[in-house]
Amino acid sequence: MDNILPSYLILGAILFCIGLYGALAKKNAIIVLLSVELMLNACNLNFIAFAKYGPVPSLNGQIFSLFNIAVAAAEAAVGVAILIALFRQKGTSDVVDMDSMRH
Amino acid sequence: MIDNLLDFLSDGENIVFAILAVIMISSSVFMISFTKVVHMVVSLALVFLSAAGLYVLLEAEFVAFVQVLIYAGAITILMIFGIMMTRHDKQDEEPKRPFYNVLLFVGAFALFGVIFFAIQDTTFAPSYGFEPGLDNTREIGLLLYREYVIPFELVSVLLTVAFIGSIVMAKREEE
Repeated sequence: MDNILPSYLILGAILFCIGLYGALAKKNAIIVLLSVELMLNACNLNFIAFAKYGPVPSLNGQIFSLFNIAVAAAEAAVGVAILIALFRQKGTSDVVDMDSMRH
Repeated sequence: MIDNLLDFLSDGENIVFAILAVIMISSSVFMISFTKVVHMVVSLALVFLSAAGLYVLLEAEFVAFVQVLIYAGAITILMIFGIMMTRHDKQDEEPKRPFYNVLLFVGAFALFGVIFFAIQDTTFAPSYGFEPGLDNTREIGLLLYREYVIPFELVSVLLTVAFIGSIVMAKREEE
């Protein structure tokens, strides 16, 4: 009970590193977006763990994670819109092919 | 080692934490290693659902429900729509970049090692005891409309701009 905070932090670190590997290793753009969501989720887990077990526990960490979720939703919507527009233009969803600023 | 583990698992909360953590880590590893894109999205939805379970464990019930609604509901469905609107007939071939992948794995593992030893070295100050209030949702609502009004309104503007922008961008061109 007294030392469960490091367990949450290590779980968050594991998820963050898996998300980082996925975001950099995968070629499919949708999977890259999903990995970024996984990294954001690991950050939320840290916020809420500190909101309960941190030195100064309060609800502010939960508020911050709510803002984080809102920004993540906006990012996912814009990302999928860009992907669909790019797919119409070039017919690919491979991040290696997305290397020009104009079409 | 075994004694530490048994001591850790003597508490009911720790058992639930261990089960949810194992589900989260294994399904995120599955997400990385699956080859079909839809399977990846479904296993990521499992990660999001077990994260909601962890939030309930941390006495953040409102955030847990928001997590289920937005992550496991909206974002997963959005990604599945994205997959359906961009064809994936040839997704099965893996990228042939072995040197890059090995280097990336070593880098990610080294980052995890740095964070792990930093966490192990830190002595965390003892907590004063979390007082979530009688009603978590009510407390969060009061805090949002009293102290965090300006960030709350800014987030609403951000969401409006993002959704209008994504509609404009994904709209079919008139011909």
